[in-house]
Amino acid sequence: MSEIREGLRYSEEHEWALAEAGGGIVRIGITDHAQSQLGDIVFVELPEVGAAVEAGASVGAIESVKTVSELYSPVAGKVVRVNEALIEHPERVNESPYDEGWIAELEVEVETEEALGRLLTAEQYRAHTA
Amino acid sequence: MSGHRDKALIFEMSKPGRVAYSLPACDVPEVEASSVVPARLLRTEPAALPEVYEVDVIRHYTELSRRNFGVDNGFYPLGSCTMKYNPKLNEDAARLPGFAKIHPYQPEESLQGAMELLYTLQRDLAALTGMDEVTLQPAAGAHGEWTGLMLIRAYHESRGETRTKVIVPDSSHGTNPSSATAAGFETITIPSDASGLVDLDALRAAAGADTAALMLTNPNTLGRFESQIAEIARIVHEAGGLLYYDGANSNAIMGIARPGDMGFDVVHLNLHKTMSTPHGGGGPGAGPVGVKARLAPFLPKPVVGRRGDGTYYWDEDRPRSIGRVKPYYGNFGILVRAYAYIRSYGPAGLRRVSECAVLNANYMMHRLAPYYEVAYPGVCKHEFVLSGKRLRAFGVRTLDVAKRLLDFGYHPPTVYFPLNVEECIMIEPTETESKETLDGFIDVMIRIAREAEEEPDLLLQAPHTTIVKRLDEATAARRPVLNCHCE
Repeated sequence: MSEIREGLRYSEEHEWALAEAGGGIVRIGITDHAQSQLGDIVFVELPEVGAAVEAGASVGAIESVKTVSELYSPVAGKVVRVNEALIEHPERVNESPYDEGWIAELEVEVETEEALGRLLTAEQYRAHTA
Repeated sequence: MSGHRDKALIFEMSKPGRVAYSLPACDVPEVEASSVVPARLLRTEPAALPEVYEVDVIRHYTELSRRNFGVDNGFYPLGSCTMKYNPKLNEDAARLPGFAKIHPYQPEESLQGAMELLYTLQRDLAALTGMDEVTLQPAAGAHGEWTGLMLIRAYHESRGETRTKVIVPDSSHGTNPSSATAAGFETITIPSDASGLVDLDALRAAAGADTAALMLTNPNTLGRFESQIAEIARIVHEAGGLLYYDGANSNAIMGIARPGDMGFDVVHLNLHKTMSTPHGGGGPGAGPVGVKARLAPFLPKPVVGRRGDGTYYWDEDRPRSIGRVKPYYGNFGILVRAYAYIRSYGPAGLRRVSECAVLNANYMMHRLAPYYEVAYPGVCKHEFVLSGKRLRAFGVRTLDVAKRLLDFGYHPPTVYFPLNVEECIMIEPTETESKETLDGFIDVMIRIAREAEEEPDLLLQAPHTTIVKRLDEATAARRPVLNCHCE
């Protein structure tokens, strides 16, 4: 079974979000379920640093041997950092979707609790993917 | 890639001085190339061409061609592609000197036979689709889509309307959103309903003053007939949009239903699918486009016209035309083959083609249903969609089933398309296969489903009998080696 990590928040489109320590920053990626559905990931089109994104808007794309999928941001904010290691090593999204395979960090304007509050809990996401 | 029988490149067989030709002595005065060609255009070193004997060239390419797979080798149930047998009669027709040895720049009066064929084909395709006029220029299905969308754009612009959005269902062919984007439109994707058909509420919500068109196949990509097509057409037309019919699935409806009668305004047909012209290997294909009368003024020019005295002419006098979409008059040799096919079957025969295509698909679906989940149960049209997700419990995916089929000499069906079915397997047997061929494939599919449970490694390591074994598609895509050194 795919791992659904406690403590993260989830979107229905299979992205995860995590408030970084220190506040104001949310890290995003795709779930273990999503990477398993996509199969071998061969390319990650990262968002641009500095770009302002809406919650639910497309911020990039993930290409696997099977298909190309849009990457949606689970929160609104400004992109402050992207995981550039994925340019050379897209397979990290498959191998470690919640850690080394993170995709971007966004600066959110509201409190991180509020930004994440609208997303699913691990338990709700488990029900969503069941 | 164990078991891979290495095949030398023809460049690796090269020996200096070897030639595959012998020319007679020159009997005209020789001219130095440097005296007539500017120095900057002249080679300073010989071209890197392989130097081999004629027999080596023949053996090399004959062996490579025998590694190829096509409908003349075996069953090829590639969903959405209609890989039917291509009757050799079509080839005879295309090779008649009057068709094969003409030039598009010949005077009209010396091309009357060829032009009559084109004119008749325009009328036949219009009659089959329920359209008023047809262009034969587009050279492929996606080319036809793009042409059709440019016609739709020209139509809206002629009415002073700016309509920027094209609606497609989530089961649509990938070329539909691509063609819409290439034609300058924005694509809106709407979800399918629980039975795999267009969700009417989602369509109503998406259709509006900015809707240029809805692109649809019917039967759709899941092999289901859009029974609400009249209502779909009403919603789109009331919003001021047009209906585009992707003819990829026409093999299900010939002589039975016509896009024009369903409310479609523009249609493309894939002659390399429905009309049995050669397919795969890059074509050439043909994607004629038919339109209702209100769009006819915008068709690419020229179209073939017929004068009152029965002679034919290139109709260039079409001031509102979007212009040419291909040099000359389409892939003429392919159009001859399609004409031969249509005329040898006739109206009743084409209807029978579609009936048998639908019958074959339903027979296969019913026999396979106990072993692979049918994505949308019910009567299918010319193709059907299975899901291999039950096999995931054994660590096996649809991709592994497809690879295992290679061991039995079959071209696998389409997999992982359409995108809205998990672990998708899309099978289109076509009408040209015997019951024995269908049963042979079904029995192998059932055997593979058993193997998945009992010996999953057989699938995970497949194929075992092919010249190259399981390819590492991920590494090929992640780290492609794109440079070529032909020293």
